Amino acid sequence: MKLHHLAALGLMLSVSAPVLAQDATQAPLAQVPVDPEAGLQVTVSDDSDWQDLGIAITTFATDADVPTQTNAGSTAALGRALSQVVAADLKNNGLFKPSGPAGLPQPAFSEVQTPNFPIWSVRSTDMLVQGYVRAAASGQLTVGCYLYDVALKQQLAKGGWQVGPADWRRAAHKCADMVYSRLSGESPFFDSKIAYIAETGPKDRRIKRLAVMDSDGANHRYLTSGQATALTPRYSPDYSKILYLSYLNGQPSIYSYDLATNSQKLIVRTGNPTMAPRWSPDGKWVLYSMSTGGRTDIYRISSAGGGTPQRLTNGPGINIGGSYSPDGSRIVFESDRSGSQQVYVMNADGSNQHRISFFGGRAATPEWSPRGDQIAFTHIAGNLRIAVMSPDGRGMRYLTDSWQDEAPTWSPNGRIVQFFRTEKNSGITSIWQVDLTGRNERKLPTPVGASDPAWGPVRP
Amino acid sequence: MSSTLQTPRFSKSASTMLLLAGALAISACASKAPKELPPEPGPATTTQAPPADLGPTPGSQADFLAKMSGSDTIYFDTDKYDIDAMDQDALAKQAQWLLQYPNKRATIEGHCDERGTREYNLALGERRANAAMNYLVSLGVDAARISTVSYGKERPVALGSNEQAWAQNRRAVTVTID
Repeated sequence: MKLHHLAALGLMLSVSAPVLAQDATQAPLAQVPVDPEAGLQVTVSDDSDWQDLGIAITTFATDADVPTQTNAGSTAALGRALSQVVAADLKNNGLFKPSGPAGLPQPAFSEVQTPNFPIWSVRSTDMLVQGYVRAAASGQLTVGCYLYDVALKQQLAKGGWQVGPADWRRAAHKCADMVYSRLSGESPFFDSKIAYIAETGPKDRRIKRLAVMDSDGANHRYLTSGQATALTPRYSPDYSKILYLSYLNGQPSIYSYDLATNSQKLIVRTGNPTMAPRWSPDGKWVLYSMSTGGRTDIYRISSAGGGTPQRLTNGPGINIGGSYSPDGSRIVFESDRSGSQQVYVMNADGSNQHRISFFGGRAATPEWSPRGDQIAFTHIAGNLRIAVMSPDGRGMRYLTDSWQDEAPTWSPNGRIVQFFRTEKNSGITSIWQVDLTGRNERKLPTPVGASDPAWGPVRP
Repeated sequence: MSSTLQTPRFSKSASTMLLLAGALAISACASKAPKELPPEPGPATTTQAPPADLGPTPGSQADFLAKMSGSDTIYFDTDKYDIDAMDQDALAKQAQWLLQYPNKRATIEGHCDERGTREYNLALGERRANAAMNYLVSLGVDAARISTVSYGKERPVALGSNEQAWAQNRRAVTVTID
């Protein structure tokens, strides 16, 4: 969309004062490698070490408090807002327990690259995040972000980004991603978007609209009017399209919604219902499921349009869903061919179909982690709960324990699982995120009811 | 009221009828619903349906609903789509009406309860609608007159989260097209 507005400035920042940052070129946005030998590798699956790490997120400084075109206010107010977004990102998924920006000393603009380490040592701060924001006359904003190890008195990472006023939160997410990646060794994920279904109205006349938002729930936007029920969206790997199900023509059918033109088209013309759309990791293929004569099978078609659909399953019963392994070689899917919903794996061409779930109850909506090491799914045994297992069906464990949680999808780095929860009786839905320990569960802020969340990849 | 019934739209009119018929709607699923549900009402109950003075136009959806008195809907067990003896009786009534009005087309809407995953329920609703259609066809109704659509768990008629409500929502509703 406006990716070109977000230029990488990191290398410039490493040797220059913040004031020079505006001279940066439009290089691809990249992590700035600093002190790569300093190993602070902790697995997120065991968060005990994490939360003891004292991270201070300070208000981002500015060289001059001037008005901006953002909804945050002047550069000084924007500096505070940026640091609040960074702190919220790091805190909300339970990964860290950062302090600040409220209640912390506010570094001056001149201190951003030369922290006053003694005052942070006294406060038992382990890690210090400082930053700045500057506004150009054009309205463009430059945001710098620095991570320091207070004990070592060392800079661990830094990054700088130029963003348009509407995209200021992205710079904060990039900063949070940088801090998270540097401290965890994991891939970033905060600078990403979520497609979902916004739900309003009573249970028997629920209006369901296609909607999108940032990974933290900000910048919410509706894409469809709600006239036709919309379900099960999936962002394309390049964020240009969303596949989703709509009842627009009466029969549930998969449409490809083009975000650049706000137009949509059927992925396949057929009188039969099509559902459960999924992208291949490279975006070249679309998986969908189609019912004929009461049977449902999984098909593959080129995302470019045209071409003959290739049927990958051949009954019996209901075969539905399907999620590619990260390398695109295999597909995990759901089938009731054994008599109840269970999880199966097949090769991408449909060969070698075999069941992997054998732990009792029903197992549905499998989604392969982008890391490849886990499959998230809905386990049904009375209640519906989110669980994970390895791709060979071993090590099944629950991540949630509620009345009705379903439809897990993964954060771009495969460390957070997102799903929706339905309230008993009212049927009110909400989107939740949980980490792989299952201990850190959070509800995403959405303006109305929300279901079917689908995370897009981390943005470039 | 009759005008309301004469402009049916999908399950809305069917559910309206279910609500109007009150006990009828609940009793229709008695064979698979929990035991505490009221027993099936006798034929006398049908006199509560549309007002006697202004009967629905013969061959209309309103007429279909009145004649079916609840038999426009069949009910299923959890995760099942088989047509049992009670469903067969209801479908036989539907077939009789459809054979009487051979120019009428119908849509069978398949539904599920809320206690399943969304996508699977879409497929299951389709399977239920298809099972009902196949039975009507076996009774002589031309398959070309009948279409199916699945709403999965998206359009419940009973709003509670309990066995009774779920039993009412696991259904296939035949709606004739005026």
